[in-house]
Amino acid sequence: MSIKIDLSKCTGCKLCKKACMYNAIDIVEKKAYVNDKCTLCAACVSVCKYEAIFIKKENKPILNLSEYKGVWVFAEQRRGELAGVVFELLGEGRKLAKDLKVELSVVLLGENISNLADELIYCGADRVYLVDDPILKDCLEDVYSNTLVRMIEKYKPEIVLAGATSFGRSLIPKVAAILETGLTADCTGLDIDKENRLLLQTRPAFGGNIMATIICPNRRPQMATVRPKVMKRAQRDKKRVKEIVKETVSKSMVSRVKLLDFIEDLSEKINLEEAEIIVAGGRGLGKEENFKMMEELALSLNAAIGASRAAVDAGWISYSHQIGQTGKTVCPKLYIACGISGAIQHLAGMQTSDCIVAINKDPNAPIFDVANYGVVGDLFEIVPMITAKLKQRNGG
Amino acid sequence: MNIIVCIKQVPATTEIKIDPATNTLVREGTESIVNPFDVYALEEAIRIKEEFGGKVTAITMGPPHAAEALKEAIAVGADDVILLSDRAFAGADTLATSHTLSKGIEKLGDFDLIICGKQTMDGDTAQVGPEIAEKLGVPIVTYVSQIKKIEDGHIQLQRMVEDGYEVVETEKPLVITVVKEINEPRVPSLRGMMRAKKAEIPVWTAKDINAEEEKIGLLGSPTQVVTIFVPEVSRKGERFEGEADKIVEQLIGKLKEDKVLN
Ligand SMILES: Cc1cc2nc3c(=O)[nH]c(=O)nc-3n(C[C@H](O)[C@H](O)[C@H](O)COP(=O)(O)OP(=O)(O)OC[C@H]3O[C@@H](n4cnc5c(N)ncnc54)[C@H](O)[C@@H]3O)c2cc1C
Ligand SMILES: Nc1ncnc2c1ncn2[C@@H]1O[C@H](COP(=O)(O)O)[C@@H](O)[C@H]1O
Repeated sequence: MSIKIDLSKCTGCKLCKKACMYNAIDIVEKKAYVNDKCTLCAACVSVCKYEAIFIKKENKPILNLSEYKGVWVFAEQRRGELAGVVFELLGEGRKLAKDLKVELSVVLLGENISNLADELIYCGADRVYLVDDPILKDCLEDVYSNTLVRMIEKYKPEIVLAGATSFGRSLIPKVAAILETGLTADCTGLDIDKENRLLLQTRPAFGGNIMATIICPNRRPQMATVRPKVMKRAQRDKKRVKEIVKETVSKSMVSRVKLLDFIEDLSEKINLEEAEIIVAGGRGLGKEENFKMMEELALSLNAAIGASRAAVDAGWISYSHQIGQTGKTVCPKLYIACGISGAIQHLAGMQTSDCIVAINKDPNAPIFDVANYGVVGDLFEIVPMITAKLKQRNGG
Repeated sequence: MNIIVCIKQVPATTEIKIDPATNTLVREGTESIVNPFDVYALEEAIRIKEEFGGKVTAITMGPPHAAEALKEAIAVGADDVILLSDRAFAGADTLATSHTLSKGIEKLGDFDLIICGKQTMDGDTAQVGPEIAEKLGVPIVTYVSQIKKIEDGHIQLQRMVEDGYEVVETEKPLVITVVKEINEPRVPSLRGMMRAKKAEIPVWTAKDINAEEEKIGLLGSPTQVVTIFVPEVSRKGERFEGEADKIVEQLIGKLKEDKVLN
């Protein structure tokens, strides 16, 4: 169980050494050797052009894999409203289910949420498993994981998908830990290896500097959380056949965590993770008052407001708006960075956005390296002008 | 309060750049840092100890040089540290990592609170905290931005969600993961640094924590990485310079053309 190098194939090209993030490869007399720092991350295996590096692993299936069938989507809802990512998961889930020739089911948990089931069918589900119970009123990991695990054990889906939301990313790891199965976090690409019936899960690591494709060959279900705003929604069709299966919760279940209060973030009119457009401000804005300018731009675009750490640390805007390595990761259709230099920690949170516009007066700012459109100029002149032009357009 | 903090040593991301010629990662030097969120975790543990008394133990699973991260923990005020290190731990995914950490934590004995960072910057999964909680059979509260109250076994916390904050209450023992907003980490004191320098870092192997071979490291990891690649940055990278109103016109035109704006 380790990285092996076939020295007869190794040419000493050093590609593996460059790919290794842990400095675990030494080149001695034109041959590669793995040292103690190796974490078996396998980055070297995939870069080797000579197939000289391989990873040895014997791992027997511990389950009867063929018992597991079907694709499931967890339909996250809060206060009776479905998370936007659920519809994206339905779109993606349909494709995966088609490739595997199986059905797509949705698990809908909550209190007084039965009315949401029809919409899930219209948007792509073949079947909805519904649990409507007062104990599921609040999104609490304990009771949700318990219920989900019971249902997964009963119906045995081969794939379970959930949104990489704050709740999804704390609930689903619990479920995976109970089931002792693999879980891939925050995927941005999913595909099926039809021959082996495996889910190919692609996700950014190291802040999006590298991508990894991950499989879970020997355990079921294969589980993934999926980054919002990446997948396409399914077509809505009101004529789809309905199948709704009602389930119950375990009677003895209690939640050890209780929700006392919810404090709405009023500074955040549009949720950053779900926003189609984000306008973000950095130190270049100079002072707190100038965020007004960003608000106006946001209004004209129906956008959410983001910020760099420098702006947050200066106290101009709250931490909930921070984008980047120590803040949020976002993937909107359009990201407009104003007065942001583009430090690698900031890029880590936004570089997978579809289209990036950078406005910066320094032509050498690194943000321009990731921008589709770079505007070199003074933001105090340019931003109000964009706002005005857009307003004109919206009005007329 | 007996508090355990899970910290991980990670490569400093700023060191990672892409070589356009070979399309591979370039690492200048080998600098490692304590995962940024874990620094907040550690600070919070020390603050709780300062208020309520007790003990802070920092634990990490990693290669031998991860001892450096534990020294940093001592420097800012951790009382005890423990390094879980064994060749058999290598190649662990989040399930195997949390299994190993929970076995180490069980060996440490009773605890009131385990604090993890929200996520690491290399793995980036945010899964280890919730998975440890499950393995240890205690509640999890993620994205904690404030500890509001600790009183006779009860603990009240504020956590960040997409559209605001939730205030939740639970009982000790539990696991929490923390975000940056929770505190402002201190810099190590001179005395702390001296203590760290002299400290011997205890190491536990798989045998020491009674970890079964098929649950740790590569063998205990259900997920496998099949490929790692550098994403193609297909940014056209068009620049607009010159008179403001002209470039704004051009920009909006382009965004419409690309159907980014309608
Ligand atoms: C462990 C760690 C974690 C971090 N996490 C994050 C994170 O999550 N998110 C994050 O953003 N950062 C993070 N950082 C900080 C990051 O390294 C940068 O310091 C930060 O992103 C810089 O913010 P900025 O671009 O707003 O400021 P600066 O780097 O100061 O850039 C300001 C830019 O504005 C431009 N400008 C100034 N005036 C004007 C004008 N009138 N018109 C146009 N342009 C103008 C300047 O040319 C400059 O490029 C982290 C750092 C560390 C060490
Ligand atoms: N090898 C490790 N040793 C100790 N703690 C870890 C390790 N890996 C992850 N953690 C903890 O779990 C948190 C989440 O990590 P991750 O799931 O990798 O994003 C981190 O912030 C740490 O607190």
